[in-house]
Amino acid sequence: MAVIGSGPAGFYTAYKVMSSIENAIIDMYECMPVPFGLVRFGVAPDHPEVKNCQDKFEEVASSPRFNFIGNVAVGKDLPLANLRPHYNAIVFAYGATKDRKLGISGEDNLKGIYSARDFVGWYNGLPEHEALAPDLESGEEAVIIGQGNVALDVARTLLSDVNSLRKTDMTDYALDSLSKSRVKRLRVVGRRGPMQASFTIKEVRELLNLPSVSFEPIDPALFPPNAAKLPRTPKRLTQLLAKGSSTPASQARKSWSLDFLLSPRSFNASSATPSNLSSLTFLKNKVNGPDVFDSWATVSPTTSEELYPTSLAFRSIGYKSEAINGMKDLGIDFDECRGIIPNDLHGRITSLSEDGTGIPGLYCSGWVKRGPAGVIANTMEDAFDTAESIAKDWENKEPFMSGTNGWDALQEDAAARHLKPVSWENWKKIDVAEKGRGKAKGREREKFTSIPDMLEMLD
Amino acid sequence: MHGHLTPPKPGEELNVTFVDKEGEEHNFQVAHGDNLLDIAQSEELEMEGACGGSCACSTCHVIVESDEMYEKMDEPDDDENDMLDLAFGLTETSRLGCQVKMNKALNGLRVKLPSMTRNLQASDFSGAKKS
Ligand SMILES: Cc1cc2nc3c(=O)[nH]c(=O)nc-3n(C[C@H](O)[C@H](O)[C@H](O)COP(=O)(O)OP(=O)(O)OC[C@H]3O[C@@H](n4cnc5c(N)ncnc54)[C@H](O)[C@@H]3O)c2cc1C
Ligand code: FES
Repeated sequence: MAVIGSGPAGFYTAYKVMSSIENAIIDMYECMPVPFGLVRFGVAPDHPEVKNCQDKFEEVASSPRFNFIGNVAVGKDLPLANLRPHYNAIVFAYGATKDRKLGISGEDNLKGIYSARDFVGWYNGLPEHEALAPDLESGEEAVIIGQGNVALDVARTLLSDVNSLRKTDMTDYALDSLSKSRVKRLRVVGRRGPMQASFTIKEVRELLNLPSVSFEPIDPALFPPNAAKLPRTPKRLTQLLAKGSSTPASQARKSWSLDFLLSPRSFNASSATPSNLSSLTFLKNKVNGPDVFDSWATVSPTTSEELYPTSLAFRSIGYKSEAINGMKDLGIDFDECRGIIPNDLHGRITSLSEDGTGIPGLYCSGWVKRGPAGVIANTMEDAFDTAESIAKDWENKEPFMSGTNGWDALQEDAAARHLKPVSWENWKKIDVAEKGRGKAKGREREKFTSIPDMLEMLD
Repeated sequence: MHGHLTPPKPGEELNVTFVDKEGEEHNFQVAHGDNLLDIAQSEELEMEGACGGSCACSTCHVIVESDEMYEKMDEPDDDENDMLDLAFGLTETSRLGCQVKMNKALNGLRVKLPSMTRNLQASDFSGAKKS
């Protein structure tokens, strides 16, 4: 079986399939020379405990029935159609490689607007964003558009004392840039109200507990009058938000706020330097009834506007998956609208055209299966669900593809294309080198931030 | 594969029962101070513990069968409650296995392991609705 992608979805699917089907052999393809997807390039450096799932992935990879084939992008370096004759099944677990845009004026041409995905990739050493060089010195105000956990990760990075990040695996260039940051006042702006917000309580609590950082109180009218009667989860979140931070504004080094019910309308240019951002215009929203405190309540725009002056803005409204080249030839109609591979909710890929019948041997898992949302625990459950489908189909002798020999048969093809596949052993060399570099500086790890640097370890 | 726990001293064994999602019971005799995640993993029960017991993932969610036993435990702290808020199928007596350590008062404890897969709908992800 081939698995495309080495994030949590790929690894947890591989793990469950290997433990349910005794002689299953897994070839895992990864476009980066290094494994683990967003666990390496997404999860915040100050959340090292979240990355402990890598221990499990290491265990999976140590099986003789598992091959890692890094530095090979399926659909780009190696055509998808070439995989097909060599496997019984292919699992698509390649996550979300793009981010969603707002589509409002000024977004594409003004300096000072960054995508949260790029910024996160930058501080986490994702090679494609190594050169982002965000300008954190142009002003004291910053605005983050979006209120998911990624937005809160960005906020925490900007508000934390940079010295508290020095022991993490955050890239050196990011630490350097953050140490020069002038950002003092941060707004995290969302379309809906606090009762509909998508961040989770742990991330909010971390921000509220940051030393010397104050939080602007939230308008009590945005909370239900009888909050004590709410179900447990919203009740705890509401109480935390209403309580706010214990740091008074007068003693704070930096401050932040959650600004609700605002939809961005335009990024405005500075009159002095027309290529630079100077403010953001928002349209105020109101929550639609019947229950304005319901977590699924929608919002509609009003006619009043709000203007926030700022020279720095981050767009954090979600990640997006894309189709891989050659999917069409396998009969897969990528659902552009929802940004997922159409499937039966249990990971069996279905064709859009022929009334939703399954395509033998093709499965999906993780963010590309259900959309780019949810923590690793959700991705794990989801991967186990796909693996269960595969094991059940195998047991029930459902049709699969009839390919044989997997990577053994494809190696020649890869060599002819001058690809330089990275094996698990090779990755361990990179891993050891990164840890060694980190140790010298009293840190967990110092990542290589360019692909040539990673590969150089292997010569 | 997993770290094995030190067996309890004779006469100091504590009993704990895990009921898996098929309803099957697994009884073990364990030592004071062992946590439920370590016990489940050393016995190869189906409990993931993705964050390695650092209270950062909710994949070690267990449901304490009796209210009485639940009351005998130290109360979960904010960090544990924050992660429990993300657990699927949260109940009044839910705990994170990695945070519950066995002691004398908990002798005879029975916990259920919630099913780890569910019928997934896009809307299920309480943790991360689109903003
Ligand atoms: C900024 C951020 C912070 C997060 N923080 C947390 C957190 O603190 N705690 C938590 O529990 N969850 C967190 N998450 C969520 C978690 O990262 C996801 O649930 C999980 O990573 C999704 O797994 P996945 O395998 O579907 O995708 P990914 O992790 O994205 O893995 C996909 C892999 O496929 C590879 N790939 C892509 N295209 C190809 C191709 N053509 N050929 C070969 N390989 C390919 C990619 O390089 C990548 O390695 C965070 C997410 C983000 C974005
Ligand atoms: S193992 Fe992650 S919370 Fe218990």
